[in-house]
Amino acid sequence: MSAMFVMIIASLAIALAFLGAFIWSVRKGHYDDDYTPSIRILFDDTTSDASKNNTKDIH
Amino acid sequence: MEQEINTIIPAAGKPTENTCYHCGEACREETISADEHSFCCKGCYHVYDLLKVSELCDYYIIDGSAGISPDKSFFKGKFDYLDLPDVHAKILEFTDGHLSQVSWYIPKMHCSSCIWLLEQLYKFNPAIRSSVVNFPEKKVRITFEAEKVKLSELATLVSSIGYEPYISLNDIAGEQVKKWNRKRLYKIGIAGFCFGNVMMLSFPEYFHLGKDAFDESLRATFGWLNLALAIPVLLYCASDFFKSAWAALKGKYLNIDAPIVIALVSIFSLSLYQIISGTGSGYFDSLTGAVFFMLTGRFFQDKTYAGISFDRDYRSYFPVAVSVLTGKAEVRTPVTDLNAADIILVRNSELIPADSVLLSAEALIDYSFVSGEAEPVRRKKGDTIYAGGKQAGPAIELKIMRKVSQSYLTQLWNNESFNKPKEDQNQMLAARINRYFSVIVLIIASLTFAVWFFIFKNPETAFRAFTTCLLVACPCGLLFSSTFTNGNLMALFGKNQCYPKNADAIERLSKIDTVVFDKTGTITRPEDAEVAFIGTKMTDLQMSMVKKLATQSAHPLSRLIVKGLAEVHTEQQNISEYKEASGSGIEGSFGNHTIKLGSADWVGEQKIENDHRFSRVYVSIDGVCSGYFMVSIKYRKNLSQTIEKLRDHGFKTYLLSGDKPTDQDYLAQIFGTYAHLYFKQKPEDKLAFIAALQQKKHRNVLMVGDGLNDAGALQQSNVGVAVSDDINNFTPSCDMIIDGKQLSHLPAFINLARRGQKIIKASFAISLIYNVGGLFFAIGGQLSPVLAAILMPVSLISIVGFTTIASNLSASRILKN
Repeated sequence: MSAMFVMIIASLAIALAFLGAFIWSVRKGHYDDDYTPSIRILFDDTTSDASKNNTKDIH
Repeated sequence: MEQEINTIIPAAGKPTENTCYHCGEACREETISADEHSFCCKGCYHVYDLLKVSELCDYYIIDGSAGISPDKSFFKGKFDYLDLPDVHAKILEFTDGHLSQVSWYIPKMHCSSCIWLLEQLYKFNPAIRSSVVNFPEKKVRITFEAEKVKLSELATLVSSIGYEPYISLNDIAGEQVKKWNRKRLYKIGIAGFCFGNVMMLSFPEYFHLGKDAFDESLRATFGWLNLALAIPVLLYCASDFFKSAWAALKGKYLNIDAPIVIALVSIFSLSLYQIISGTGSGYFDSLTGAVFFMLTGRFFQDKTYAGISFDRDYRSYFPVAVSVLTGKAEVRTPVTDLNAADIILVRNSELIPADSVLLSAEALIDYSFVSGEAEPVRRKKGDTIYAGGKQAGPAIELKIMRKVSQSYLTQLWNNESFNKPKEDQNQMLAARINRYFSVIVLIIASLTFAVWFFIFKNPETAFRAFTTCLLVACPCGLLFSSTFTNGNLMALFGKNQCYPKNADAIERLSKIDTVVFDKTGTITRPEDAEVAFIGTKMTDLQMSMVKKLATQSAHPLSRLIVKGLAEVHTEQQNISEYKEASGSGIEGSFGNHTIKLGSADWVGEQKIENDHRFSRVYVSIDGVCSGYFMVSIKYRKNLSQTIEKLRDHGFKTYLLSGDKPTDQDYLAQIFGTYAHLYFKQKPEDKLAFIAALQQKKHRNVLMVGDGLNDAGALQQSNVGVAVSDDINNFTPSCDMIIDGKQLSHLPAFINLARRGQKIIKASFAISLIYNVGGLFFAIGGQLSPVLAAILMPVSLISIVGFTTIASNLSASRILKN
């Protein structure tokens, strides 16, 4: 029955990982704007792809 | 690279079907053709050219012709002040010397093309690393290489494609708008995580599973795990309840958070005791669940509208910098650095930042923003010009008299009404009910404790009964009812283009009994007048000459006529011998024709008795009067019905106008009596009037206004409502922003707010039923964890369900028409 303890620890660890992911996403600002990304994804790629590299945001 | 402008077609008279490829407006004045596209003005064409050079013409594919013509008042050097070290440091969000980041508010952003273009800024200048748009907030965050591109160049680039950033004195004053509260999301996330896991670990307990020795050790483990999960909820997630309860206690009153804190602490200590002594498994599931749901409710209620600001003062309206003349050179200087005796240059439609003396020969100052006066006033050399006015016409020179912060206009903000908050948590409905509720619960709990302790001599049951009483009768239900009802009402108001600042504003709205209106801009629309020509029909050529003549003048009536003749194409014909006689009219010659526009005397016509409903502008061509333009102020649609409805419902209605008493008869009809109309009210008069209504007649006043001149009254009133035709426009600080088109629904909004209060009371009654049922078991000392675990979510779900359905139903019924 000690498997029970392992499982409980495993389930808590998984839940904690999800909590961590949530906190990370809030910190990265994923919830600051819940509208613009839905528009952005619909844009077609432009013909000239001179600089696709610099779309990162610094924080 | 500069594309040649092929042809300029003077479209004489006949309307063309051309629409501008850039902005989508009909081409009226002139049409510029290039690359098989038409453009309505040079500004639009230049933007197109810029986009073409940078291969960004996909812009027009996304949302059609949705471009913006660049602001005509833009001039070179407008943003030079951004490079001043002082200003620079305050505008930048982030800098490491190499890369810098700036976040600008761009009011003109309106569609998906805007997002696309603003995120392609790096194509214009490789020194721009990236630009990310936040559409709801209308902001763009630009990351750029600070050594390669100056901040002023960046602002000029963004302005040149039509998206001029709005940088106000507020940004410089260092009071950045508070960032959206991420902390609350952390708290909800953690509380939800702990609640879910505590629930899971409590399941064996609910079903009384297993009684053997191993299960016993498992049970103890689960208990300790639950305790570990509950600690962060109590100490971190619920910390706001503790802070607010403590703040209230220090102020010597009991707010709604105080009994919640008592309940949370006593449930926690009882559970802690049960775990340590091994006598039970505690009520950690109810504890974490209550905190989680209360946080969610508050989050729902306090959700703000991104991009709408309720706390603007004069600083948001003032320009950051003005042109100061030192010798012959023009230096852009931050207005905070202006000193007395500085000489400034103010261009057309720029705001005058400080009280000053006019040095130029003549100026036409539009004070509508400050005083509500619709017509600009003429000022002569040596006259004092107060801050807040806008120059209408050519640039003028002014000598500063007082610093910005000591100007006449800014004095209004020193009034005490700006320093005391209107929100009184203690007066909210939930808090008022709570005062009785908490006392009764505490009495019941103490009586139960006393009975078990002294009569049955059973201290353990006494302690448990006491805490479980607090648990089931916890005012959480009360908090749920009010937060969820208010949250839902806020969403319903927002859906109908009425944006309350917070839940408290809705509650105060429900108590209103007096409504005060401002005139200019609030119930009238000064830019949008009805212009009709009465007389012998003019030819297209004559019409175009009249329009051309009217274009020359800055007088409001001329401007309205030009607007009314929008469909008329003007000839490429030169005007000569232009003359303007102040107070009479204007005159000009086109070849051998002479046109006069103005008063009856000016054209030599018999004066007809003046009707205040409209103004007449007579036209004479070559000395023959051909008729007059009837220019009438447009009132908002359904104005009279709205005010009538308000009066029928027993509201007192008043009009406070900064303008001259025009239209008095018409307005008296609407407002029912002359006695309730007040004209020529200065901003501080309006404030004093509202204060008098509140203090002498004990009225709850709703003020409807729009400009800075109403700022004091909006602040003093119980509920200040700012009317705006574009909610992203600048409105003075207020409790509620309403779209101009929705103003006629004002009675319905008040009605809905009242209904909201009834819904809160009803849903509170529902939670009371659960509380009484739970109390029945709690007093008997028999409330098992499973019963507590069921009771809490069931009561919550029924309350949330009830408030949602009830408020949606009342909203659809009240706002139907």
